[in-house]
Amino acid sequence: MDLVVAVLFQLIYVIANLALISLGLAIIFGMMRVINLAHGEFLMLGGYTVVVATNMGINIWVSMLILAPLVVGIIGVIVERLLIRWLYGRMVDTLLATWGLSLLLVGIVTSIFGASTATTVSPPLGAVRIGAYSASGYELFLILITIALLVAVWMTLRFTKLGLLARGTMQNAEMASSLGVSTSRIYMITFGLGAAVSGLAGGLLAPMTGVLPTIGATYIAKAFITVISGGASILAGTAAGSVLLGGINGIFSFIAGSTFGEIALLLAAIILLRLMPRGITGRFFRKSL
Amino acid sequence: MTFSRRSFLAGSSALALSSAPIIGRAQGSDKIIFASILDLSGGLDIYGAPMAETTKMAIDDINAAGGLLGREVELKLYDAQSTIQFYTQYATQAAAGDRAHTVHAGITSASREAIRPTLARFKTLYFYNTQYEGGVCDYNCFCTGSTPAQTVAKVVPYAMNKWGKKVYIVAADYNYGQITAQWMQKFVAENGGETLDVEFFPLDVTNFGPTINKIQTAKPDFVISALVGGAHVSFYRQYAAAGMMKEIPIASTTFGVGNEQKLISAEEGDGIIASYSYFEGADNAVNTEFLQRLEARLGADRPVMNELAVRSYEGAMLWAEAVKMAGTPDRDPVIEALRSGLTYNGPSGAVTIDAQTNHCNMNVYISELKDQTWNIVESFTDQPPADTQLVCDLVANPDQSTFLFENGLAAAGIE
Repeated sequence: MDLVVAVLFQLIYVIANLALISLGLAIIFGMMRVINLAHGEFLMLGGYTVVVATNMGINIWVSMLILAPLVVGIIGVIVERLLIRWLYGRMVDTLLATWGLSLLLVGIVTSIFGASTATTVSPPLGAVRIGAYSASGYELFLILITIALLVAVWMTLRFTKLGLLARGTMQNAEMASSLGVSTSRIYMITFGLGAAVSGLAGGLLAPMTGVLPTIGATYIAKAFITVISGGASILAGTAAGSVLLGGINGIFSFIAGSTFGEIALLLAAIILLRLMPRGITGRFFRKSL
Repeated sequence: MTFSRRSFLAGSSALALSSAPIIGRAQGSDKIIFASILDLSGGLDIYGAPMAETTKMAIDDINAAGGLLGREVELKLYDAQSTIQFYTQYATQAAAGDRAHTVHAGITSASREAIRPTLARFKTLYFYNTQYEGGVCDYNCFCTGSTPAQTVAKVVPYAMNKWGKKVYIVAADYNYGQITAQWMQKFVAENGGETLDVEFFPLDVTNFGPTINKIQTAKPDFVISALVGGAHVSFYRQYAAAGMMKEIPIASTTFGVGNEQKLISAEEGDGIIASYSYFEGADNAVNTEFLQRLEARLGADRPVMNELAVRSYEGAMLWAEAVKMAGTPDRDPVIEALRSGLTYNGPSGAVTIDAQTNHCNMNVYISELKDQTWNIVESFTDQPPADTQLVCDLVANPDQSTFLFENGLAAAGIE
């Protein structure tokens, strides 16, 4: 019984982990149709923000929950103004531009902090007992905050004026513009929010995985696979993609080891996209956000 | 190309004087070339950066003492960026382009196997200064690092006496981890213990949650790890975060050579046991003096010294001693000098070349981690590379250039 709970806990954590690293990309790629290959670097910048801030003596919770999204959000806005706003509607060009951006960010961070793993930040919570098993309290916290984040993004899109304008702009920018919406501003804010969510995710993961300039590479593929498998609806899609792929990864990792877990995840994504080329929400939950 | 470099050299040296200005570049120039290829960036930089520092220090020390044979030694240092293809590229560059007299290179066993054949083909003397799984039998290649019979064979019985007989193995998923895991199982069985499970992880895995669950289910007396690289540091961090360090302790054959003890907090790391041929606490005068000079050179925030870094220094010094003994930096006389049983007294103690295997006899220490510092709990002097000696005899048959454990221990005839 304890084992079932412990394994289930791990499974939920793997799913939450996928959702967490994918959510920012879902906003930027799923919603704005910008193929953001610098997504992994946004996560990495969030991680470095936490490391630098805690080294300066700032409380780790403040660094993770406030500074990381703030800093990366601002960087996102700058990137959007300088680079992305010239490229809306040109998906292949965004791919090249953000790839270049990703290399640039890795280069800048490497030259400032050095190429080595730079963290002594430890997970700030102790262990939780599950009968004969114990699990990391911080993992529990990550699960909860991922759920909170999904709810917050959903509420923003569903119930706020900004969310309404953003959805309208993404659906039909010309119509929104002729109704008096400053689409350029909406694009900027949405991209900034996407970056901020990525920064928050990167900051939260820093104590678990450590930070190094190239760590983005370990996230980027999984994030894209999750968002593409999820399909058009950004929230329902990300959640559904994470549950399916994370679940498969977790189960196979437990049975056969992490190598097979990764293989099973990729295989599942290939089969899924063969059967449902438009992702899970291209067929199910089509009206959802 | 219509003829190889070798036949070109042979043919043109017959023409002697007329072509000497062209082919004599390496010999003719005053400097002796020492090439080094290490991972100074990417996930393996935790090992490579300190190795590069001590390599530079060794070359500076040699030059400060007047160079070798009255000639200056020039260091060509290449960063392979944790990417195997750069190793092959730079090894070719070092051997064919720089005409290096010796190449000290490679951290992972995968990188070693990528360049060893290249350097053998170019007849360029090769030093591999990293602890590894044993089994290289190559006349041209000197493996100065410790091997499982020297370290794993010590740490396994020590940990079993201390903690119990049931063992769970986690290792990196490439030749080092795979083969080292086989050695671990062998030593566990020889000491009357039981291996509950063995798990392998690709180098970029960062989520060890499912494994930690499995370890809790299996309830071993301790975990022994051969995890490699920056991403795998997450294992120790997540293991500690789940409160496991106090319940099921860890012994390791890799923890520490990347100074991992500095990447996790003091309480996360306390109690980890490891065995290498060097720890900073090695009690000898050469070591004290070496650490003082290192600190004077790099300042108080110098990297902590571990086997890889110190052996890189000692490897360079072994080569320098051999050049002095041979009276020339040319490959064949230097190899003969090395194989004459050359000894260098370094910070780790006496390191002696074993002519049968081109490996080294060395001191071995077992240490326990406390407050991010290793404390030596047991030491052994002059340990032979008994694993490789089982299968390799370069005295009887010098014309070899193989990695005998490539397909595992059973394939090499070790049960």
